[in-house]
Amino acid sequence: MSSFLQNTFNGLVSGAFYALLALGLAVIFGMLRVVNFAHGAFYMLGAFGAYVLLSEAGVPFWAALVIMPVALAVLGMALERAVIHRLTRLDPLYNFLLTFGLTLILQDLVKSRYGSQSSPYATPSALRGSVDFGLFDFPTYRVFILGFTVLLCVAVWWVLVRTRIGMVVRAATERPELTRAFGIDVGRWVTPVFGFGIGLAGLAGVLAAPMRAVNPLMGADLIIVVFAVVVIGGLGSIFGSVAAGFGIGLVQAWGEAYLSDFPIVSQTIVFVVMAVVLLWRPAGLFGREEAPA
Amino acid sequence: MTSAVDSPVEVKAGGSGLLTVARAPGWVRYALLAVGLLVALWLPNGLYPAVAVDILCWALFAVSVDLLLGFTGLMSFGHAAFWGTSAYVTGLVAIHAGLPFPAAVLAGALAAALLALPIGYLAVKRTGIYFAMVTLAFAQLVYYVANEWRSVTRGENGLQGVPREFFGLDLTDDYYFYYAILPVVLLGLAAAWRIVHSPFGRVLVGIRDNPARARALGYPVHRYKLTAFVLSGFIAGLGGGLFAVGHRFVSLDVLHWTTSGKAVVVVVLGGIGTLWGGVLGAALVVRLEDWLSFSGFEAVGLVTGGIFVLVVLLFRRGVWGTVAALALRWGAARRR
Repeated sequence: MSSFLQNTFNGLVSGAFYALLALGLAVIFGMLRVVNFAHGAFYMLGAFGAYVLLSEAGVPFWAALVIMPVALAVLGMALERAVIHRLTRLDPLYNFLLTFGLTLILQDLVKSRYGSQSSPYATPSALRGSVDFGLFDFPTYRVFILGFTVLLCVAVWWVLVRTRIGMVVRAATERPELTRAFGIDVGRWVTPVFGFGIGLAGLAGVLAAPMRAVNPLMGADLIIVVFAVVVIGGLGSIFGSVAAGFGIGLVQAWGEAYLSDFPIVSQTIVFVVMAVVLLWRPAGLFGREEAPA
Repeated sequence: MTSAVDSPVEVKAGGSGLLTVARAPGWVRYALLAVGLLVALWLPNGLYPAVAVDILCWALFAVSVDLLLGFTGLMSFGHAAFWGTSAYVTGLVAIHAGLPFPAAVLAGALAAALLALPIGYLAVKRTGIYFAMVTLAFAQLVYYVANEWRSVTRGENGLQGVPREFFGLDLTDDYYFYYAILPVVLLGLAAAWRIVHSPFGRVLVGIRDNPARARALGYPVHRYKLTAFVLSGFIAGLGGGLFAVGHRFVSLDVLHWTTSGKAVVVVVLGGIGTLWGGVLGAALVVRLEDWLSFSGFEAVGLVTGGIFVLVVLLFRRGVWGTVAALALRWGAARRR
């Protein structure tokens, strides 16, 4: 029983990363109709930035947790104004390709400056050790990640449900034409929302730094899994993306634990789930059916 | 009510579709074909033969991607799955069965087509950007399987010592090997051309331009897309198989998503929906990467990534698309 809870907990922790990244992808997609391929690269930049801040300037984890998301959000907004926005009127495929190219650039920039080996990032002292939950104990840092992410998701949810900007984002995500037809100026919100999504990716990166190896390719394969996650949840659904993120984290952790004879399971299960979802609900679990084309 | 995203993909690269409607006069086409063949025959004398071999393989790869992107309106971002699967199967067949290399490549291409069947079946349920994401994800699944299945793929070490067997002929020199594979590549390109210019290809273009109308006319749209996907997988497999024999070595790179992405960008650089643009794009990108790696430049991704960004921003018609559009305009002006 306690080992099951242990696995479930670990699944929720890795699911938290998927959820943060999928949430950013979903709001960006909702506002711009852009699937940001570079999302994994920004996650990597968040982790790397935290590492560089600590090792070269002695900036502690807590400060990096604020500095990096804000810095990356600003970078993201500049990027949206400079390039992305020129292509938003075209087929989304062009921005997909553009951000693919951007991913290669960002990865290679970091690689040529810092090499491709992994760098360790010490867990902040306040979060070392483990928390005793009676039946079992968990690493404090992971408890922190889970709590922090859940709080963040709740905060984002509150903004989406209770504020005007949230209403615009939700409306634009779920019914783009109708939103514009009501005369709501979606364009005004596009740049800040893009920055916000990138900031979330950077935040996930900072959170990942003490837990995972910091290296230029850490976001490279992760982003593909997150793509599968948003296909499962339904790209047009913000809630679906977050739910699918946590769900896939759980399924992966259970697969890893109970099918440990087949190490391939934990890596591929997300794609198998995606295949099943495509067979059963092509629009995703929470997506709306589009008209047949 | 279709959302903006799942509306049919219109390839707005300009130039695309132009060539399938207003085509250059006959003599121009034959002249171009003759020039192309002459260049193909001369290529290994003007470049390193190994680079020339790579260009041929990538030309097939690009054309297979364009078959879907330019003529069916589907952007596959997972074509490395077919290129790479064929590379591995070809390598294994060549190593263990000792068949002549064309037979091994054929086996690889058939394996790729077989894999394209289930992936395509699931992927064609979605269109537009979703299709790109789904194909990307399935290709990653194939990558992970190859990565784990070390007894077959040798994992990180890759398959080594893929032989260039051909009835006892000595093809170790890349120069001669180039001429050995040229007929196979030309056959693959001819097949792609045939597909595009057949009634079947016309229907694909119809589906690209207006899926709802194609469906209303009674065409089984999904089945057409799936057929195109499998054919495309086969052609990509031809390229991947030749690539394996050409390098005598297969590594996991052939299945990685960067390879899929590169193939798409090669097509955009050459010109979407132009078929021959892909050949041109392949020549440019392979040549450039070779030159970069030769000049000892470390960050190849920086330059290729930069080119991708610039092409998408400034040069969406691609080389062939731009030239063809200019030539057609010039021709129209003269006829007036």
